[in-house]
Amino acid sequence: MPITRDEVAHLARLSRLALSDEELDHLAPQLDQIISAVAQVQEVAADGIPPTTHATGLTNVYRADEPVPCLTPEQALSGAPAVELQRFKVPRILVEE
Amino acid sequence: MSDLIKKTAAELAAAIAAGEVSAAEVTQAHLDRIGAVDGEVKAFLHVAADDALAQARAVDRKRAAGDPLGALAGVPVAVKDLFATAGMPTTCGSKILEGWVPPYESTITQRLRKAGAVLIGKTNMDEFAMGSSTENSGFWTSRNPWDLSKVPGGSSGGSAAAVAAHEAPLALGTDTGGSIRQPAAVCGVVGTKPTYGGNSRYGVVAFASSLDTPGPFGRTVLDAALLHEVMSGHDPCDSTSIDAPVPPVVEAARHGDVAGLRIGIVSEFSGDGYQPGVMTRFTEAVEVLEALGAKVTEISCPHFKYALPAYYLIAPSEVSSNLARFDGMRYGLRVGGGSAEEVMAASREAGFGAEVKRRIMLGTYALSSGYYDAYYGKAQQVRTLIIRDFDNAFSQVDVLISPPTPTTAFNIGERADDPMAMYLADLCTIPSNLAGNAAISVPIGLAPEDGLPVGLQVMAPPLADERLYRVAAAVEAAFTERWGHPLLAEAKGLSGE
Repeated sequence: MPITRDEVAHLARLSRLALSDEELDHLAPQLDQIISAVAQVQEVAADGIPPTTHATGLTNVYRADEPVPCLTPEQALSGAPAVELQRFKVPRILVEE
Repeated sequence: MSDLIKKTAAELAAAIAAGEVSAAEVTQAHLDRIGAVDGEVKAFLHVAADDALAQARAVDRKRAAGDPLGALAGVPVAVKDLFATAGMPTTCGSKILEGWVPPYESTITQRLRKAGAVLIGKTNMDEFAMGSSTENSGFWTSRNPWDLSKVPGGSSGGSAAAVAAHEAPLALGTDTGGSIRQPAAVCGVVGTKPTYGGNSRYGVVAFASSLDTPGPFGRTVLDAALLHEVMSGHDPCDSTSIDAPVPPVVEAARHGDVAGLRIGIVSEFSGDGYQPGVMTRFTEAVEVLEALGAKVTEISCPHFKYALPAYYLIAPSEVSSNLARFDGMRYGLRVGGGSAEEVMAASREAGFGAEVKRRIMLGTYALSSGYYDAYYGKAQQVRTLIIRDFDNAFSQVDVLISPPTPTTAFNIGERADDPMAMYLADLCTIPSNLAGNAAISVPIGLAPEDGLPVGLQVMAPPLADERLYRVAAAVEAAFTERWGHPLLAEAKGLSGE
């Protein structure tokens, strides 16, 4: 089942990428080609084979709950596009309905 | 050109420690070399000339004061631009981080500084380490010092090219699907992907967290081992790092020996798609190993052919999650107006390149409701099957070998807009990332048809990294004796050479 241009546009919205029409035209067939190729994994992965999320097998790693030095506010804000009152200044996050 | 740039890291560290040459002279010689050839090679995104000279002078002062010197004191190291370096720009090859200077430092570069290494600059890479050629860099494409019309491999292509062009004796890279071993192979240098968890990812900008593995480049096996040892070890700041002793890689690199060693050739990694000259050199390397006393057999790893498709589901899925942090709110590029969501979408659109967008979308697809089980879930099951293939193989042999990549360096532009062709460059390297084990690429000669370098990949079980160096050192010694000089002495790609 080929992936449609509409589906690609939906994925772009989910991914927070404001893709241009030209990019959508270019990406849709490429994604379709890649997804058809990677679907091969469905040939061999029979039910009952446990999934591997990572290779080391480590679980629940904690460090001691001790305070350690951290970044100063100036350091933490040093790369910020906009700053106000020692905080990250961001665009409006709530939109009136 | 100064003789200093032709010396190995081991020789430079010894000469500096003995007071035969100052660290400042060594750094200046490499800065001069960068000035002379990097216009052609384009390996560096940022050359930290003043900073590097200050680090070198600090080493010289320590030596003059009689203080103990670290293992890499005064040795210049080029750093892939994925490692956060305080006070030095860190872009990950992306426009979205252009000009960003991190407020903190990666554990690995901290360890290098502690060992006296001189961080000489930041090297070019495919954007966020996604690619096999550096053509996906947001800034420019680096060139292969053997032939400037060819790619240096990727994603750590700048680091491999810098070492091959004698701009630095050592370099740091990262390997998520082959991003150290493939560029090492096509630039004719040594590159290692250590065991996953053998070192710290703290301060290494995340691409695919379950696969990303920092590792060393060097022109010799011993040099790669020296950097491997210094950068390795447990770090409480990375909960995936393993609390175990660092494998004795330097000791192994000093004692190359394969007598009695059981070596398995991966049957699946040959045939269609493999360049004849790559297989000619591989066959020759097998003969060399047998002549040195290794017992070589062939071993089938039937699920390795599913490693590439599994990787292109797992890695993009982790990408879609990891790269969500680049939203134009706390650091990096911010463009456009309107709501936060509109600014995020516009900033990401402007800041990310085509391959990064492709992978974010692919990962979003593989993780989306209705497709998760069929794609991401199945890929994780394949990961188990690949680990089982390795377990079975390592119950019969000590190490596995294969070509690191099916071809020599390809032409710049040849695969740039054909993602599936580009992905094939990592066909032989991906299984070790999925299994989290250790692997190396060591030069074994030039392909007869194009005169470009070919490597040999050696793979070992997790935390048995020293086996890589024992084999690679034996191979290096045998071939260097046969050629009468190091392979890089034959590189003639740069003007004036």
